[in-house]
Amino acid sequence: MYSEKVMDHFQNPRNVGEIEHASGVGTVGNAKCGDIMRIYLDIDENQVIRDAKFKTFGCGAAIATSSMATELVKGKTVQEALAVTNKAVMEALDGLPPVKVHCSLLAEEAIHASLWDYAQKNHITIDGLEEPKTDIHEGEELLE
Amino acid sequence: MKDIIYLDNAATTRMRPAVADAMLPFLTEEYGNPSAVYGLASKSRAAINKVRETIAGTLFARPEEIYFTAGGSEADNWALKAVFEANKDKGNHIITTKIEHHAVLYTCHYLESLGCEVTYLNVDENGRISMDELKRAIRPTTILISVMAANNEIGTLEPIKEIGEIAKKHKIYFHTDAVQAYGQIPISVEECHIDLLSASGHKLNGPKGVGFLYIRKGVKLTSFLHGGAQERGRRAGTENVPGIIGLGRAVELAFEDMEERRQRETELRDYLMEKVMAEIPYVRVNGDRINRLPNNVNFSFQFIEGESLLIMLDMKHICASSGSACTSGSLDPSHVLLAIGLPHEIAHGSLRLTLGYETTKEELDHTVEAIKEIVGKLRDMSPLYEDFIRKHSEREEQ
Repeated sequence: MYSEKVMDHFQNPRNVGEIEHASGVGTVGNAKCGDIMRIYLDIDENQVIRDAKFKTFGCGAAIATSSMATELVKGKTVQEALAVTNKAVMEALDGLPPVKVHCSLLAEEAIHASLWDYAQKNHITIDGLEEPKTDIHEGEELLE
Repeated sequence: MKDIIYLDNAATTRMRPAVADAMLPFLTEEYGNPSAVYGLASKSRAAINKVRETIAGTLFARPEEIYFTAGGSEADNWALKAVFEANKDKGNHIITTKIEHHAVLYTCHYLESLGCEVTYLNVDENGRISMDELKRAIRPTTILISVMAANNEIGTLEPIKEIGEIAKKHKIYFHTDAVQAYGQIPISVEECHIDLLSASGHKLNGPKGVGFLYIRKGVKLTSFLHGGAQERGRRAGTENVPGIIGLGRAVELAFEDMEERRQRETELRDYLMEKVMAEIPYVRVNGDRINRLPNNVNFSFQFIEGESLLIMLDMKHICASSGSACTSGSLDPSHVLLAIGLPHEIAHGSLRLTLGYETTKEELDHTVEAIKEIVGKLRDMSPLYEDFIRKHSEREEQ
């Protein structure tokens, strides 16, 4: 059901992890639908993304799109990163099954959310960047 | 160990070699149409009727009460739609549960569009219905109670004997979807006062595309397919002779070693549950621990999503299933896991492992190792786990 690229990024995801004192962190999605993505960005003084990491709760496509999205934004300026669309992520993965297209949208949103956090922290505006919708499920449900 | 560790026997089973052997002549030289008059046909006819007797014997029913169908879904559809159609003078109310298979649930939704009123009973945290709630749901217009004998996802056994008694007392027909239970645990239609029972061949190491509906003599329902006189005119169409023969052989074999298999699988099942609970943190067992199918194990692993787990298991040649949304083709996780009260994120992290007569302890040990490794890997990737660990360590610091 998945392309070889998707399976590769799912099996060997790039950039899994956290960045301490990240320049920007964004979390999108919700547990109800079964997908949550968090992207960490390390951005230098020239607004170039030095490093990107992710953590994702979700299906194979969710993990693969997070992996590809972090790969695509690394080394780019924030303005260039903003132009990384879900379509670009999908194309880089040689496509996704129709029911999984929302995963690529989530990856795009996660990039935007982390850029928004960066802009907020640095009191700057990034042209074309809007405040992300946050619909993260806040409750913490623990097992007995 | 075999190349594949197959732990999805609730989805389908591998046909026993003896079943295929029994079918083969009916796919080749014994091709006669059972309805024809010549000698060639009589062999097919006799073979089918023998299967009817075999099945009737396993249920304490009569051969003429067994109607062959193309599987469990057809049997469920038939039971519900045909009782509704034939009993409109008595009423239009059906009682079922929230955890039925879609073959029952979606049929109920369809019947609602035709004016049927349906009560969907709740279940407790283990997936069992409440007898009090059932009694309260009964109306003068109730024509049918349909409750599954065993749930396909969490393996919970429903109290069908008690349900049957209530149904009988109120003169309401009782249908049970026994697709998962038949051949695994003994069921007597007499003792449980069952009027209609659905079963399927491929769940008990028989062929796909064949099953049956038990219809108690005297139950009022319409024919499912109109046409020829097959199945006493209630289900027209030339019989699936090889399928029926395979079903019959599979039933014989399943009942021959049922007790032994039940004990063996129960031991393996409990071993698997305990091992996973002992070796992997933040996991729960879904379904009733005692009133449970001998071959069903269902876990929820917190902080991870089921489809990822399934793909990674598949890469290790282990076949399993999940109630996560991604595997159900919708955005919601399994209706069964939600009905037992699991929050969405925990329902998404479910894993069902269903054993078969060929499953070995060695395979289960190997599977637990694989699950442990994969769950660890996915949790390292999970923002939910990250948040949980952070909160946990903050609490400890305080």
